[in-house]
Amino acid sequence: MVNTVRAGKLPEEQIALNFSELHPPLDERQAAVEAGRCYFCYDAPCISACPTSIDIPLFIRQISSGTPEAAGLTILDSNILGGFCARVCPTESLCEEKCVREVAEGKPVEIGLLQRFATDRVMELEDHPYEREASGGRRIAVVGAGPAGLACAHRLAMKGHDVVIFEQRHKPGGLNEYGIAAYKTVNSFAEREIRWLLGIGGIKLHTDRPVRSVEDIARLRSNYDAVFLGFGLAGFNSLAADGRQLENVEYAVEFIEQVRQADDLSDVSVGNDVVVIGGGMTAIDAAVQSKLVGADNVTILYRGDRERMKASSYEQDLAAHRGVKIVANAQAVAFEGDERVQEVSVTRRSVAGREDCVVERMVADHVLLAIGQTLVEPPVNLATEHGKIAVQGAGRTSLDNIWAGGDCVAPGDDLTVTAVAQGRDAAEDIHASLCSR
Amino acid sequence: MNLASDFCGIKSPNPFWLASAPPTDKEYNVRRAFKAGWGGVVWKTLGLDPHIVNVNGPRYGAVWGADRQLIGLNNIELITDRPLATNLAEIKTVKRDYPDRAVVVSLMVPCEECAWTDILGQIEDTEADGVELNFGCPHGMSERGMGSAVGQVPEYIEMVTRWVRNATRMPVIVKLTPNITDIRYPARAACQGGAHAVSLINTLSSITSVDLDDFCPEPAIDGKGTHGGYCGPAVKPIALNMVAEIARDAKTTDLPISGIGGITTWRDAVEFMTLGAQNVQVCTAVMTFGFKIIDEMTAGMSSWMNSKGFTSLDEFIGRAVGNVTDWQYLNLNFVTKARINQDLCIKCGRCFAACEDTSHQAISMSADRVFDVIDEECVACNLCVNVCPVDDCITMERITPGQIDLRTGAVVPDGYGNWTQHPNNPMANPAA
Repeated sequence: MVNTVRAGKLPEEQIALNFSELHPPLDERQAAVEAGRCYFCYDAPCISACPTSIDIPLFIRQISSGTPEAAGLTILDSNILGGFCARVCPTESLCEEKCVREVAEGKPVEIGLLQRFATDRVMELEDHPYEREASGGRRIAVVGAGPAGLACAHRLAMKGHDVVIFEQRHKPGGLNEYGIAAYKTVNSFAEREIRWLLGIGGIKLHTDRPVRSVEDIARLRSNYDAVFLGFGLAGFNSLAADGRQLENVEYAVEFIEQVRQADDLSDVSVGNDVVVIGGGMTAIDAAVQSKLVGADNVTILYRGDRERMKASSYEQDLAAHRGVKIVANAQAVAFEGDERVQEVSVTRRSVAGREDCVVERMVADHVLLAIGQTLVEPPVNLATEHGKIAVQGAGRTSLDNIWAGGDCVAPGDDLTVTAVAQGRDAAEDIHASLCSR
Repeated sequence: MNLASDFCGIKSPNPFWLASAPPTDKEYNVRRAFKAGWGGVVWKTLGLDPHIVNVNGPRYGAVWGADRQLIGLNNIELITDRPLATNLAEIKTVKRDYPDRAVVVSLMVPCEECAWTDILGQIEDTEADGVELNFGCPHGMSERGMGSAVGQVPEYIEMVTRWVRNATRMPVIVKLTPNITDIRYPARAACQGGAHAVSLINTLSSITSVDLDDFCPEPAIDGKGTHGGYCGPAVKPIALNMVAEIARDAKTTDLPISGIGGITTWRDAVEFMTLGAQNVQVCTAVMTFGFKIIDEMTAGMSSWMNSKGFTSLDEFIGRAVGNVTDWQYLNLNFVTKARINQDLCIKCGRCFAACEDTSHQAISMSADRVFDVIDEECVACNLCVNVCPVDDCITMERITPGQIDLRTGAVVPDGYGNWTQHPNNPMANPAA
């Protein structure tokens, strides 16, 4: 049988159109009108809904008064990756969900788009807007150049420390670079943002430098004044289903990475009948993008009730709008085919009009697993909790001089913005702790 | 609906006139206005030859809302910059073609009797319906002793009005400047001089903004700016008050008023008329939207009159004048408290911020953002009502006489009681 998972299913122009930006930026006038909708609430609920506690009413008022750069700095003071978060945050379940205008009229102030408007203005400036305090001669190692590590490194650099980042992959950015749908961050934004962030100085970035062994960590602990771990979740949950080893059954994150790293999107291979297994943002990002590169049928199978899916209803609607079918209460039990996957056996519960569980066979020449990622056993004896690194306060691990943040720490909500907050707060804690020595 | 208007003998099919301004500068515009349905025009102010000149840079400055809604407009344009004869010829042909519309001619000449006598003779030849004496413009012409320079001196108003009355049989309307301390004095002077009516307000002296790169007021002419005349929606409250002050002044009770100042919709026009204006003049609204807004104005006024059972303008002109009073006569026994409708509240907390920071600390906020009025502190100032973004969410509720006002601890008295009778007033004249 021929391999139906292949590239070039759609004309190049169609693919380019499919991957154009999800939310085009606001122009100056649109931003002014949208900013005018903000009520400047007292003790605003949107602020507490933001993991990085950006002073949202203030930055919106700064846009209103014609100072978008000042607005951008208000954002970046709290969240140095505010540009990226403006693009990928599920604002519908964070700040915009709590916006009083969402409560009042179902139409929140478009905080995400305003945030993008303001941060874009700052990033257009020639110089990096933050200055470093005088160097105190301390050196800190950061493991992982994802959102947590970058936020931590920037804050430490601001405080005058010298930071060295060790990133195991070829490019920095973590999931920002490898794991989020392309149409949310066009024109290599993640890469540009990191270049901009490093503009503060005092941060040395080493890529292709995994920190794997006990010796590696021991060396960091002895050579640096503090260590921050922000290496995310590099492992994958396993699925109890036969036929996992068949060709064209792969992890959704790997598929997204192929899309994100492709020089030419028409080189990305995809099947005709794609089945995505999972219920989070990764499942949505993988499903939608497989449709956009040319899959004919795309189905998401989620084992629980639809309301329990981690992807927001906004994301689910986005997928539906792009022609993705979502089937809830559906558990993949086996993949079948010889050599390559051809079918998935699915147990379905609570199917309308049918009482018991039913087992169905679905045609599938390409299966993407998005059932969550796990911590690869860290090369050091750290206390864990629910399979992730246990921390106290601002990212303090069970070992002296080692802090952690981002997806690798418990309990974790897998949000970029949360990783940024944890990296930033750990940096402040590291700084305070080093200063008190 | 019959909207026919009779303003001191000048008849028009509706009470909506265009004010003396750029929209009435020449025949072409005025014909378009009449075709659109405007009841009358006050022709852009005429002066002596040689005609004045205008600046050759920007004439207008503006204040905008977030979506560039025009809130206020400022101008440094002067009176007509065309020869007198050109204007007179055009006025004559337009009036001939539109005999049912009001055509009033605005005038501004130096304070010399012969100047006024001379020009009035020429106006009469046009068969226009009346004249309006421009004692209002606060910019440019005032530096030359005309416009508001006259309107700010009641004696001059009376003197010139008398000259004009002696020189013509046409109805004479005196246009007043708001750039004074008490509008009643110029209105009385016009009345003394024999004016048939007054019209107000003319524009307010203003600078709309400053360019923070050039450090120059707008509109900028080669790096310099000068004050202009401010008009548009922003000035309506000022105009309403001035119209009402004249309407309720015993010395000018019978003086017809043409209301001007930020009139943008039929509702604005009706408000002016209930405060005593017999008709209205519009300018900034047509300069913003064009002449077609007359359709909304006549339809809106008609349907409102219909809903109230009115069949002619006279039935509502001045209806609100009797309810305008002096502070000292307000009923101090009218005690209210703010009430927050928790079903409508969207928990923005603006009422709390306003009351807590700037008023009487009379709104409480719970940890879960429930906002409540503290009756012991509430003075019923209405600020929370005004800053609340939701219609009718916060309202004022009257405390029934006989009940206790928790703020003062006193029983709310029955009946009417004002400052003139209050024990704290050293001048009080307590009711026997």
